[in-house]
Amino acid sequence: MRAQSDAVRSGAGRSGAGQGGTRAPTPNAPNLDAAGALLSVRDLHVHFVTSRGVVKAVDGVSYDVKPGEMVAIVGESGCGKSVTSLTVMRLLAKPAGRIVGGSIQFDGRDLVTLPEPEMRELRGRDVAMIFQEPMTSLNPVLPIGLQIMEPLFVHLKMDKATARARARELLELVGIPDAERRLDMHPHEFSGGMRQRVMIAIGLACNPKLLIADEPTTALDVTIQAQILELMKDLSSRLGIAMVVITHNLGIVARYADRVNVMYAGRIVEHGTAEEVFSRPRHPYTMGLLRAVPRLDKPRDARLYTIEGMPPNLMNPPTGCRFAERCEHRIDACVQYPAVVDVGRGHTAACHRAAEFEAADRGHPNLRLVRNDQPTPRPHHDDPILNVAGLSKHFHLSRRTGLFGREKVVVKAVDDVSFNVQRGETLGLVGESGCGKTTLGRLILRLEDPTSGSIQFDGRDLGSATPSEMRALRQKIQVIFQDPFSSLNPRMTIGQIIAEPLSVYRLEPNARAVRDRVAELLSQVGLHPYMSERYPHELSGGQRQRVGIARALAMKPSLIVCDEPVSALDVSIQGQIINLLEDLQERLGLTYLFIAHDLAVVRHISRRVVVMYLGRVMEIADRDELYAHPAHPYTQALLAAAPVPDVVVERARASRPLQGELPSPLNPPSGCVFRTRCPKATKACAEVVPPPVELRPGHLAACIHL
Amino acid sequence: MLSYIAHRLGMIVPTLIGVAVLCFFMLRIMPGDIVELKLRGDGVAVTEEVIQQERARLGLDKPLASQFVDWMTGLATLDLGRSLWTDKPVVEEIGTRVWVSLQVAFMATIIAVLIAIPLGTLSALYKDTWIDYVVRVVAIAGLAVPSFWLGMLVIMGLLLLFRWLPPIETVSFFHDPIRNLSILIWPALAVGYRYAAVATRMMRSSLLEVLKEDYIRTARAKGLYERLIVVRHGLRNALLPVITVIGVEFAFLIGGLVVTEQVFNINGIGKLFVQAVGRGDFTMVQGLVMLVAVIFILVNLAVDLLYGVLDPRIRSKA
Repeated sequence: MRAQSDAVRSGAGRSGAGQGGTRAPTPNAPNLDAAGALLSVRDLHVHFVTSRGVVKAVDGVSYDVKPGEMVAIVGESGCGKSVTSLTVMRLLAKPAGRIVGGSIQFDGRDLVTLPEPEMRELRGRDVAMIFQEPMTSLNPVLPIGLQIMEPLFVHLKMDKATARARARELLELVGIPDAERRLDMHPHEFSGGMRQRVMIAIGLACNPKLLIADEPTTALDVTIQAQILELMKDLSSRLGIAMVVITHNLGIVARYADRVNVMYAGRIVEHGTAEEVFSRPRHPYTMGLLRAVPRLDKPRDARLYTIEGMPPNLMNPPTGCRFAERCEHRIDACVQYPAVVDVGRGHTAACHRAAEFEAADRGHPNLRLVRNDQPTPRPHHDDPILNVAGLSKHFHLSRRTGLFGREKVVVKAVDDVSFNVQRGETLGLVGESGCGKTTLGRLILRLEDPTSGSIQFDGRDLGSATPSEMRALRQKIQVIFQDPFSSLNPRMTIGQIIAEPLSVYRLEPNARAVRDRVAELLSQVGLHPYMSERYPHELSGGQRQRVGIARALAMKPSLIVCDEPVSALDVSIQGQIINLLEDLQERLGLTYLFIAHDLAVVRHISRRVVVMYLGRVMEIADRDELYAHPAHPYTQALLAAAPVPDVVVERARASRPLQGELPSPLNPPSGCVFRTRCPKATKACAEVVPPPVELRPGHLAACIHL
Repeated sequence: MLSYIAHRLGMIVPTLIGVAVLCFFMLRIMPGDIVELKLRGDGVAVTEEVIQQERARLGLDKPLASQFVDWMTGLATLDLGRSLWTDKPVVEEIGTRVWVSLQVAFMATIIAVLIAIPLGTLSALYKDTWIDYVVRVVAIAGLAVPSFWLGMLVIMGLLLLFRWLPPIETVSFFHDPIRNLSILIWPALAVGYRYAAVATRMMRSSLLEVLKEDYIRTARAKGLYERLIVVRHGLRNALLPVITVIGVEFAFLIGGLVVTEQVFNINGIGKLFVQAVGRGDFTMVQGLVMLVAVIFILVNLAVDLLYGVLDPRIRSKA
């Protein structure tokens, strides 16, 4: 390990500061400020000038990063966490974004006033950045070797052969095998996780002192996320690189960060070591966030805690505490912006009552995190509303081979899947991307025709239903889509969107009745009836998802397929939607098929859970049984990979991320599809497709080792 | 790659058969009788018998089905028949004229590319500055001004300012390149301007779009020079849609030089086309349509191959 890391260091061969040309490796001693910080942001203000006004995206942010440590900036969308980091790189969108105040001391220089040519020399050499979207962050037309070599050419003036050798070394460092050949490949030949590894290799190319990662794993699956984060953590400690990780995922922070900055509405509201912030949150926003996340490590609450309301508009933020409007602990003093209170142990919070919380908490750790621990009693009867048996969906593609030859390829998106959904329950369907969960949802909605197998809804076979029967059945099965931003027609008002199915199916006798019904539906989902005049762009993400739910409810369905209904939403909003779904279920006796990739969300809302991998069912069990005693190696790996927002739990866990990549669905492994990544795989796994084994009543797992 | 090209070339045959069938029957629907026009056009009194003889000689008295079979079998042996008007083989009539038209089209393309790529790039890089405004005005003017009218302006300008007119007789480029170019550069400029205008606008919007991409931000974060970012990361991606526009416009040029050739008095296939249609010279029109179709297909193939060269994603799909 040590030897390799030394090789990497010398390979970078840092040339004399700003001189270029000389390649003699000079000691890489960073210039630290008085407090020993490599990066020191002070009272930073960033504004965006838009046609509608000035958005004060970052409003007085200060934080430090010391050499070799990993600092997290956590917050929800729009809180200014990404803008803060782009400002450090001086990569704000021009001309709208501008730094209007503050300083950024890095390595002995102020980056706010540094002339652009010097700033350019710094980028990619002393400070590197990794972005959220690995699919679009690499240039699609250039080989990845060149993309890694570019900073080597520009900053270290390497010649082609040296740069290529270094690029190969970097690929090996980030865990990409067969590096020599891969250098000449293009980004589309890599998976998302592999592309993010390439981005990391680019970031590390010149041996930077600071690496900023902006939501580096948000677009990745949970098992790949674990691999990437382990890699980053390992490289950071081996190479002594300081890291700033920007994320909304509290679990990642708990597992990896040394120190945490919590941002809300353009300001840092709380700062401290990860242990401090997670175990003794002192700002009500942090407390709320920690309570709002559904968790895998704690008994399940009957209802999710939610932070009501929405963050303020940063064009015209309140003068007082920005969180006051949503705060449970609000007092009169909150009309004044609170000073940052030091509660000791390097822990600060911008709250008038921080010291009070500190005093109240002493002796009663986790007072505010006490949860009411009672599973929701739900009748356990055998009355399936939906029965899926041996369902398969194979897509036939053809690939050109040779002159006029074509090769038929079959993608088994869903392969021999059987399960049932009981009336009035929520069945969770989890799995990573490409596991077939969305296709399965589309099959049940009859948006796709199955290749084989049957779907029985309410005792009737959907496959043999006549078109007129199907029309009636369609009303009973409705859907809520993932993306509330693109699933509503922007040119229709909310009222028109909800009324459309009502008029298509002539469910109401006249226009007046339709209007009344729309108003009723809106209030059912917690929106004001006057919202019906609005257009989708005037609504927030959570409100749009409520509209999506109202549209589904309009048909008085008995089954709703929820396809990732909360994955595009922030934590505090996510809780509101989940609670709404649960309330509606209780009141209207709905049944949900809840498709998601977030294990904690699925655990919270579902009574039973189906785990899928590469088109096949791996495990089916009652929720508590599944999460307490996962039987299938894949389920175990999924649960191990998902970080939970608790520092103590996370630091105690051994990290064993699932190795390897999801196999191509064009060429799935024989026998058990999971065997290529399975720690328990043996020769026998390649030979037979494991049949589901009933371990306990209602608990099935498809693994021959059980 | 080779198999892809072979496949695409193979696809030309059914496409051309379709064009041949359509073109044959559509022309037969057109009113006008070439024999009447040819023999009685000048008001000369010709007996019905002579007319019938001429019809028989040209094969126009045969039933439609048999004429169609003749046309299709001729095609199979690359025999496009004889012009009904001049009696010379269609291939020969086209062959003597096609090169000059192709040359004008090629020159116009080169002019368009040379103008469009730098101007469009400048315009995008200096968006909303005076540079951008000037480029956009020039480009809009190019779309608004008809090329034949611009051609007339060019001729008038040369005459009035330099007291010089391009020579009347065209000569082969290989025979006398200077004389050849001094004639053909003017029509090439006249049509190239419009062509450049279309491509400039595409270049501008395409580059603006690309510069917003995430990988441009990545390139900036690597600390690359701005020029490297624009040229290596921006232009190559931005060129793809521009190439499509250039390809489509080129194919249109071949058939669309009609008026410009008239203005500059160039004996190309545009002029031939107008004459053939005016005379009702079926065989000639059919031959020209087939030629334009072949060029269209080949240009499209070239565009697709160029796409493959520039974009590895397309290369691997093919």
